[in-house]
Amino acid sequence: MKEVLSRQGLVKVALIGNPNSGKTSVFNRLTGLNQKVGNFPGVTVDKKTGSFNLDNNTQAKLIDLPGAYSLYPTSIDERIVLDILTNKEDPLYPDVIVYVADATNLERHLLLLSQVQDLGIPVILALNMADLASKGGYKIDSAAITKKLGISVVETNGRSGGGVSEIKKEILNKFNHKVIPSGGFKFDNGSTKVLGEIKGKLKVENDYQAILYAHHYQNLGHLNSDEKAVIEDIIAKNNFSRIKAQVDETMARFDKIVPLVEKVVVNNSNAETSFTEKLDKILTHKVFGSIIFISILMVVFQAIFAWSSYPMDLIDEAFASLTELTKSLLPEGVITSLITDGIIAGLGGVLIFIPQITILFLLVALLEEVGYMSRAVFLSDSIMRKFGLNGRSIVSLISGVACAVPAIMATRSIGDWRERLITIMVTPLMSCSARIPVFTVLVGFAVPQEYYFGIFNLQGLVVMGLYIAGATAAILSAYVMKQILKTREISYLVMELPTYKMPHWKNVGITVFEKVKTFVFEAGKIILIISIFLWFLASYGPSDRMEQVEKQVATEATTNNWDETKIEDEIASRKIEVSYAGYLGKAIEPIIEPLGFDWKMGIALITSFAAREVFVGTMATIYSVGSSGDDEQSVVQRMATEVNPETGELVYDQATSFSLLVFYLFAMQCMSTLAIVKRETKSWKWPTIQLVYMTGLAYISSLVVFNIFS
Amino acid sequence: MKTADLLKVGEKGIIQKFLDETLSVKLLEMGFLPGSEVKLIRTAPFGCPLYLKVGKNFLALRRKEAVNVILK
Repeated sequence: MKEVLSRQGLVKVALIGNPNSGKTSVFNRLTGLNQKVGNFPGVTVDKKTGSFNLDNNTQAKLIDLPGAYSLYPTSIDERIVLDILTNKEDPLYPDVIVYVADATNLERHLLLLSQVQDLGIPVILALNMADLASKGGYKIDSAAITKKLGISVVETNGRSGGGVSEIKKEILNKFNHKVIPSGGFKFDNGSTKVLGEIKGKLKVENDYQAILYAHHYQNLGHLNSDEKAVIEDIIAKNNFSRIKAQVDETMARFDKIVPLVEKVVVNNSNAETSFTEKLDKILTHKVFGSIIFISILMVVFQAIFAWSSYPMDLIDEAFASLTELTKSLLPEGVITSLITDGIIAGLGGVLIFIPQITILFLLVALLEEVGYMSRAVFLSDSIMRKFGLNGRSIVSLISGVACAVPAIMATRSIGDWRERLITIMVTPLMSCSARIPVFTVLVGFAVPQEYYFGIFNLQGLVVMGLYIAGATAAILSAYVMKQILKTREISYLVMELPTYKMPHWKNVGITVFEKVKTFVFEAGKIILIISIFLWFLASYGPSDRMEQVEKQVATEATTNNWDETKIEDEIASRKIEVSYAGYLGKAIEPIIEPLGFDWKMGIALITSFAAREVFVGTMATIYSVGSSGDDEQSVVQRMATEVNPETGELVYDQATSFSLLVFYLFAMQCMSTLAIVKRETKSWKWPTIQLVYMTGLAYISSLVVFNIFS
Repeated sequence: MKTADLLKVGEKGIIQKFLDETLSVKLLEMGFLPGSEVKLIRTAPFGCPLYLKVGKNFLALRRKEAVNVILK
């Protein structure tokens, strides 16, 4: 009867294992694309869940827990694993654990397994054999492991998919028969006393769970303050030395594991220097390694900068034609305007990022999969650490030169929260590709087209200077933030340098797919809302002056003999002046006047929030040259002749142009970046701080620059 | 007393124990077991971190962390 009942329904299965154990491949093999990526509550660590059928009546809900080395956490990832496994009330607490271990590295991978076994949750050991083939003469006696550890062992191969059906069979078997492993660990007298008292006072049945409470009660979210106080008393009363107990436990476990591994692993390979060692002689070499690293960064940059421009242009054109088509099909009016200039423009603004996200994550996932990422960290650690950054931050900073959005998404692999946060905060200072149109228009006003020594173009040098200024600002801001953001945690490196592997294309594909999906559905929402709001600001005004504009232009058109285009441009130009955006531009004029900006530039600053390159389009509308041919050329000509009506001097003189350039370089004017920062930090706090500090930096820098040049 | 940060490139040593207790658990978990052989393969640009071979594993360690690994 009991058997029949338990066969109905859902088995909660957790995948656990060390980083680099092949866990992700097993997860992908078990679930396919039937998976969901979210966040663990309160933290931004990917929470991957998926489901699959075990038989006709039973479904498994699989959670991929973050990689961990032990239940004594030194990272957020490890803390999550501990939190879930020590809390039976946790919705993610598993019925069955599938523990993934890399067969070529058993010694280290068996530590966490022995801890998990002591927790009294049914465990299956999935022995990942995928990389065994590359090691000649290396054999494992799985039967001996089963005998010694009292555990079911399934040999799996993430590459070929071997072992998947056996894992499913074992899960069902474990679930139906509830085989609870007997915790084999012998605690010393002190620990036994402590765990006994904890079991007596709290609702804990398992010895190891009790001792983990004694070690980690301060950081366990599911214990309330009364329970924490009780544990604290017990520890104080018994003089329980946590660090000593922890060292003793780990040593005792290895005392069992090391001889076990010696018995079950047959290693006949004589190869003294492995493939990885040979490759690392070059790849981590002080000089060659650094050159290769910089070259790889250049390829990443080139890829998201140049290669993605073709699909991006296609998306751009597709949305432009879609807008035209919609305008021609629907009657003129508010709804049509909302659909074309608000919704379609917003959607285009979301989808335009897909090529860059796809290409960056293709490359990042590839570097991660083959094992190069930890070499990148190794090579750059000493420099990056000085600025509160991580070796992986370099990938984000370089990608930020193309676009901050995928660059910020790529910070997820930075394990240390503070290093990750600093990277997120400073990446948008790197001069992204959306600033280029602004630079091209303004640099012409700021400096003359002159050549030095026949080859150095002065304008080119200034643009290069802007890029360097952006990068310098990013590094210095990181340094300042490092001083401000102090953490309790000590920063360790102690990093595994995994052996090089062929990438699993399926893993790479799934990563890219998930990243794009996450961006479109999560950051996309925010971008669409802001886009519609900006449309509203530019299309509506506080009074009925918007309507009067058309009549006014109509009368002027007949007296001045304007053609169709001229009329349209005049209407657009005058409408934006009396719109909310126009009023806002005028309202902020007193604030931006010290920087040399007028209200027209004020409007552009506001609309640029959609994306910086909107600056050019807005200027075209304001100066009513919108629909006549090539935007950029006509705008430049029009701006060049713009004269201040009061002083009679050119508006875009050197001082103002430089000031605007610097403002666009530093200011946070990108809703998409803010949306992705919100999504990656899980709060509006950080994007708000970013908006304030970057715009503040821009304001002060522009103020200084304007006063130097005027 | 010799510590792992004093190894020369190519030099080997046997791990005896650790100085810092908090760090010692992390090191143990990563495979720095007393009695294991540790070899300095190379150092990164600017001399830090260290590229070590511990047993069969390859690990990167900063100098200030390697100071805690006492060798026989």
